[in-house]
Amino acid sequence: MNKEPLIPMVAVVTDIRTDTPDVKTFRVVGLDGKKPFEHIPGQCAMLSMPGVGEALFSITSSPTNEDYLEFSIKKCGCVTSWLHAIEPGQQITLRGPYGNGFPVDTDFAGKDLVFIAGGIGLAPLRSVINYVRHYRARYGAVDIVYGARSKEDLVDYEEILEEWCREEGITVHLTIDNPQPEWDGHVGFVPNYVKELSFDTGKTVVMCGPPVMIKFTLAGLEELGFQREQIYTTFELKMKCALGKCGRCNIGDKYVCKDGPVFRLDQMAVLPDEY
Amino acid sequence: MKIWKLDRLQDLFAALAGERTLYIPADVAGQAKFTPWEPGMEMTKALNTNRSAKDLFFPQVEDLAAFKITGRQIQVEDNREDVEDFVIFGVRACDARSFSILDKVFLEEPADTYYKNRRDHATVMTLACSRPEATCFCTALGIDPQAPGGDVSCWVEGENLYLQANTQKGEALLEKLPAMEEGEKPQGDASVFDRLPLKDVDFSVFSEKALLHWFNSPVWEELSRSCLGCGSCTFVCPTCQCYDVKDFDTGTKVKRFRCWDSCMYSDFTMMAHGTNRPTQKERFRQRFMHKLVYYPNNHDGEIGCVGCGRCLRKCPISMNIVKVAKALKEGSV
Repeated sequence: MNKEPLIPMVAVVTDIRTDTPDVKTFRVVGLDGKKPFEHIPGQCAMLSMPGVGEALFSITSSPTNEDYLEFSIKKCGCVTSWLHAIEPGQQITLRGPYGNGFPVDTDFAGKDLVFIAGGIGLAPLRSVINYVRHYRARYGAVDIVYGARSKEDLVDYEEILEEWCREEGITVHLTIDNPQPEWDGHVGFVPNYVKELSFDTGKTVVMCGPPVMIKFTLAGLEELGFQREQIYTTFELKMKCALGKCGRCNIGDKYVCKDGPVFRLDQMAVLPDEY
Repeated sequence: MKIWKLDRLQDLFAALAGERTLYIPADVAGQAKFTPWEPGMEMTKALNTNRSAKDLFFPQVEDLAAFKITGRQIQVEDNREDVEDFVIFGVRACDARSFSILDKVFLEEPADTYYKNRRDHATVMTLACSRPEATCFCTALGIDPQAPGGDVSCWVEGENLYLQANTQKGEALLEKLPAMEEGEKPQGDASVFDRLPLKDVDFSVFSEKALLHWFNSPVWEELSRSCLGCGSCTFVCPTCQCYDVKDFDTGTKVKRFRCWDSCMYSDFTMMAHGTNRPTQKERFRQRFMHKLVYYPNNHDGEIGCVGCGRCLRKCPISMNIVKVAKALKEGSV
């Protein structure tokens, strides 16, 4: 991390991929053309355009990618709208990485993993999924449950079909909210689909999505017999510093920026439901 | 302990100001505030400054960086000037404690270098209290207003100012002053502090029960009902440290600055999709939970309040941390 933690470095957006009508994935390198910094899956970074604003995004590329960082970003506010309007070659500012990341080399090692994501919630999980794929032998069976409003709203659809679905030991379960032509997969909300899939309760669950999805999926998992100790999620709240000092991303006495963004759900049980 | 004649206080200020910039609590435009001393400037008669002494380490607004933007290119500039040594005279025990509370936030790695530079270059001369106000309750928080700490502690007794260095920084400063008589400080009268109306506020209860017990208390609804969300309490508070970061386009550059912010404001946690603290109840609760529960949980039980009483005097609806602490303890308003 920079010695002046609030002063960002300059980086370049070298490629922009349109994933869905409102999600684009930005490839970012430093001015030297190299990956700006190393990170752990689940960590975040502050992206900014001076004059527009600065905001926190999860790093969607895996640390095993040696060439660049990627950020999948949904257009929904000032900074994201600006990002969606730029073209490759645009410089931005970058600082990070921030947060704890997922325990990929400790708690996850040797485990069967179930990834559950809704919409843009796939962004932080993609980093873990591709890390796990890279070090495949270190982990057990992998299930990926991913849902979006429609087929067009599935982020990284091409990578999911071309790579994840074809890999040994990985089972992908896609679902969309409503039926649509040319979709022969599952239709329905993620929480219900997870219950239908009725996973073995020995597995470790990693989920990310809108709070309402988290809430109902958690209830479903507990019904299936999962313990909160087996379930991990990642949060995002308003942040200005990402260093635990500006005082706004706390959930109870924990700061999402430095104590999180990854939490095990038993840790959340003693914290306020204020997220 | 060194002794300086009070009728020569201006000479002490002149000697200190000869060394480096000296801030004293003085009346400016009718309000007591820490002000760079100039010859003839007198100390305020007020017990304490209107705003706290935190301004000198964590100013209300400060530039973080500047950006020069040319087409698609960005240049980052760190335009900070070197901080020079300075002295703050007349800091009360409450504000002196607030520095250590702020230190635990700003100096924790990765340290906030803007704050740290000022802390490193400051020598704090505290001043013991002898005539507290009815709104003072520092003693309820374990602070001794007659042992105010800092790099140099000062006491006024009779016609003398007594000075005692507590740190190497303090010793180095006193050595640079004209030779002073040595002597023992007469025993002060502490009985006035036993008569303070708020001395028995119980802040010890908050460590006895779980965070959610306090968070889910029924009192928040009632206590927060009249809160205007004006943020006055946070702005005068010596321990409030929340800040915002904003950009300002000067026409030739973009300046990135930070400024004090308040968890009492409706847009404090506003994100593109909404806020996790939608009503004043949640925002009000956040402020007091932070001081009474969250900060102590993260910092060995230390309450994030110093009992200076500023919020008691400034709140337009007369709500304050003392009322909140009492209501929480009793479980009703």
